[in-house]
Amino acid sequence: MSRARADEEEYWHSSKFRAFTFDDEDDELSQLKESKRAVNSLRDIVDDDDDDDLERVSWSGEPVGSISWSIKETASGSTSSLEGRDSSLQKGSSYAALPKQVSSYSLSSLFKGRNKLPSFQSLSDALTDTGVKNYAPELRRPKAEYKDYSSDWSPRDTVRRMQRGKVCSLERFRSLQDKLVLLDEAVAGHDGNVITAVLIFLKRTLRREILFRELEVRQVALCHLIHFLRETGEQKLLLDLLRFLDRTEEVALSQYREHLNIQDVEKRKEFLKGCIGLPFSAEDTSHIQDHYTLLERQIIIEANDRHLEKAGQSEIFRKYPRKASILNMPLVTTLFYACFYHYTEAEGTFSSPTNLKKTFKIPDKQYVLTALAARAKLRAWDDVDALLTTKNWLGYTKKKAPIGFHRVVEMLQRNNAPVQVLQEYVRLVEDVETRLNLATKYKCHDVVIETYRDLKDRIQLTAYKCKVERGSAEEEKINSILNN
Amino acid sequence: QAIVWDEYLTGPFGLIAQYSLLKEHEVEKMFTLKPGRLPPADVKNIIFFVRPKLELMDIITDNVLREDRGRSPQRDFHILFVPRRSLLCEQWLKEQGVLGSFIHREQYSLDLIPFDGDLLSMESESAFKECYLESDQTSLYHAAKGLMTLQALYGTIPQIFGKGDCARHVANMMIRMKREFPGSQNSIFPVFDTLLLLDRNVDLLTPLATQLTYEGLIDEIYGIQNTYVKLPPEKFAPKKQGEGGKDLPTEPKKLQLNSAEELYAEIRDKNFNAVGSVLSKKAKIISAAFEERHHAKTVGEIKQFVSQLPHMQAARSSLANHTSIAELIKDITTSEDFFDNLTVEQEFMSGIDTDKVNNYIEDCIAQKHPLIKILRLVCLQSVCNSGLKQKVLDHYKREILQTYGYEHILTLNNLEKAGLLKPQTSGRNNYPTIRKTLRLWMDDVNEQNPNDISYVYSGYAPLSVRLAQLLARPGWRSIEEVLKMLPGPHFEERQQLPTGLQKKRQHGENRVTLVFFLGGVTYAEIAALRFLSQMEDGGTEYVIATTKLINGTTWIKSLMEKLEPAPF
Repeated sequence: MSRARADEEEYWHSSKFRAFTFDDEDDELSQLKESKRAVNSLRDIVDDDDDDDLERVSWSGEPVGSISWSIKETASGSTSSLEGRDSSLQKGSSYAALPKQVSSYSLSSLFKGRNKLPSFQSLSDALTDTGVKNYAPELRRPKAEYKDYSSDWSPRDTVRRMQRGKVCSLERFRSLQDKLVLLDEAVAGHDGNVITAVLIFLKRTLRREILFRELEVRQVALCHLIHFLRETGEQKLLLDLLRFLDRTEEVALSQYREHLNIQDVEKRKEFLKGCIGLPFSAEDTSHIQDHYTLLERQIIIEANDRHLEKAGQSEIFRKYPRKASILNMPLVTTLFYACFYHYTEAEGTFSSPTNLKKTFKIPDKQYVLTALAARAKLRAWDDVDALLTTKNWLGYTKKKAPIGFHRVVEMLQRNNAPVQVLQEYVRLVEDVETRLNLATKYKCHDVVIETYRDLKDRIQLTAYKCKVERGSAEEEKINSILNN
Repeated sequence: QAIVWDEYLTGPFGLIAQYSLLKEHEVEKMFTLKPGRLPPADVKNIIFFVRPKLELMDIITDNVLREDRGRSPQRDFHILFVPRRSLLCEQWLKEQGVLGSFIHREQYSLDLIPFDGDLLSMESESAFKECYLESDQTSLYHAAKGLMTLQALYGTIPQIFGKGDCARHVANMMIRMKREFPGSQNSIFPVFDTLLLLDRNVDLLTPLATQLTYEGLIDEIYGIQNTYVKLPPEKFAPKKQGEGGKDLPTEPKKLQLNSAEELYAEIRDKNFNAVGSVLSKKAKIISAAFEERHHAKTVGEIKQFVSQLPHMQAARSSLANHTSIAELIKDITTSEDFFDNLTVEQEFMSGIDTDKVNNYIEDCIAQKHPLIKILRLVCLQSVCNSGLKQKVLDHYKREILQTYGYEHILTLNNLEKAGLLKPQTSGRNNYPTIRKTLRLWMDDVNEQNPNDISYVYSGYAPLSVRLAQLLARPGWRSIEEVLKMLPGPHFEERQQLPTGLQKKRQHGENRVTLVFFLGGVTYAEIAALRFLSQMEDGGTEYVIATTKLINGTTWIKSLMEKLEPAPF
């Protein structure tokens, strides 16, 4: 299925599209190496002590004196080393004081004046003279600012005051009309913080139907309320609201999300069962159905296998004890598990791979790949061979791989397949260069020799002679080819 | 007093305040926020530095409730929200019955954090998700506020351009804020000529592709967080004589990356293929410099040599680090899988075979490659085809759910909602027109000495940056048709300046444009804008601001459904 290697090559040569390649690969690499070498050789020149110092000051990477650093430091309760760090910090900052600006309008230089502006309250301002006693007066505001419930702010002023972070009483807004004006003002201010505050007030003081009705024509406020309900986990009110708005798909997804909070698998399964009937889109409905079916299966498989494992009768479980339970794993992982522990089971059982394939309509490619990985892990090379063999209608067999054979070879190699197994698939790699590379890398001598023979490359073949053992069958083979 | 930190905040705060500074302000201890009892510390005040997030409020509640009431002296609690106080969180604390325990509840407004000389970020991780999945525009409100602060410091920006719904919102809010605070009219000579607001959803394609600049690849492979990167330590082991048998370090090597480092400033934005030659040239120069000690004969010459030593040593160790990093990256970029992945990406971006099931993607699923990699590729294909054919989409969905678990249906749904993955509805594929008009694909790319921004992706020119480039010259009027194909409105606003502040441009003086990416920006896009800034006849310099520095992986991750319940 994957594009043949040769085609790919041709594509790259013929098309103008350029991939990310290093044209002068060796040159580049050698340049890097060269600079590395130069750098290393320089170390010898410089006095070691100085070197250390410098490393720590500016290039140690650990931002000496940074906040995250000192948190670690104080958390571990050692503050003794601070003096030393501080002094090195000074040096560090003097180095950093020579910034090279990309733009001539350097913001950092312009930022220097910021302390004068109240809106740019800097950290040093906020904490100026922060002795315990001094700290409080610095931040405390006149009490009047907190307690102005009696004053008569208009909706607009109220919103503005709230935007500036002041506390205002909203209780004065009694009539629906007033409340809605207040909400509209808040929305016009675009400050989500204020909008939410007003919504909390409305939610408390309005009847649900009225609140919903009014929000329906106020989309921005509506979004904020939905977000708020989601954040605070008021699931019931949220679902009521979405239902009222006829946002059925959102209702469904919102409800489905809840399953993540259910730890008990039996309860989770029952909950998912309840989700199947929800108004999802057609496509999603089938996914939710599958999710339920999968968990149902996993519960049965898990119970069985735990029992088998405990009893110690089954060889496969004795030899390869399970590392984790299969519950809540994705479908493909479950398939892998089934191919590993239950490969030969009849289709009728819940844990048989073919049954899983059928029930969940797993595509061939996905199935073969997963089975390959599982059987290769068990070093069941016959099963691997069977998976890669297809019969055509005349009864001839043919080898076919769902992802290029070079990937198959890599997968087998990772599982320590013997050379005899490997070379059979290396031989099937279509692109000659890839085949030669793989064959050489994994010492599949026969494949290398045959490929050079087919290429009629005497020079390479002669050169390869020194790679095979003296007096071996391979050497003989090379000699006989060269003599012909 | 002691500070309890929301761990996420330590990174950004590390950029603006060192521990020594806090210590000067009598911060005795610092802890990371975690459930359980707070560690003992002989302090009067405990200050929580946290993002306004409900799950963090739960941890704080736990901390407070477990505090030993009998201890003396009793400790006082304070809470400092970054970047904003949240009434939602306070409400939550109130419901848990602990709100009264906090003597002070304040906010530390941290809108835009400077990351480099030309780069600001709000580091608001979830901005894209909030805007496009939850329709929560709070992060846009902060962006607008940040822009107001910026204008208070650097002068009113006379021209505002924008593309996308979020851009429109931010511009509206800025105009409104200006109207509501008439006092904000300042008399500072404007630094920026133009502000360009760009929605991330106008260009969903760019972050999905693998970045091929040096810095971009470091981020793709190792992840840069708040200018720091953690690297595998093996390559950084000190090779010194007589220490051959020493153990290899096991802690990851942590490095800060920014333009204060001369060498990094030079190579960060280059295509990775052009980095090797720079490094080797540098190595020769440094070798030569060290050789000079042999020629130093007089005391004066030796003294001069010695005075240069610190600088040379810094340059040498900088070179050593980057040579090691380049080697690490090269191991990956030369791997077969990297090549195959890139091949498929480039096929999609140049418009080849985007309408059928791709073999490579299927193979990757079959071999259970990381899910995020699969999602990046499938989304890329969808974006490059203006949506996938229903049959193709269903096929991918089925394979993903079967291999990675059915619960990912929630994530797939999020991606659909964000427009990254969708069925082709109109039956028309607009991407080829967009690609041709904006010249998004360049066949003759020069990686060593680039003449076009497409070098940052070895062929693909990031759409977002192309829009910025075309805005500067010849103007968006020339691409009206394509702009209409991209989502959201495009617009122009002007902010009146007092006559005294209007710029009289000198001949040859560059214009300065602030590009604000709403929903995140990649290092490769930043590199492309820096490239435009440096072009000799470019005429425009760019400063970049964003809600968050992203790459395809972190971006997709932010859209994925959290599948594990919170750990407490």
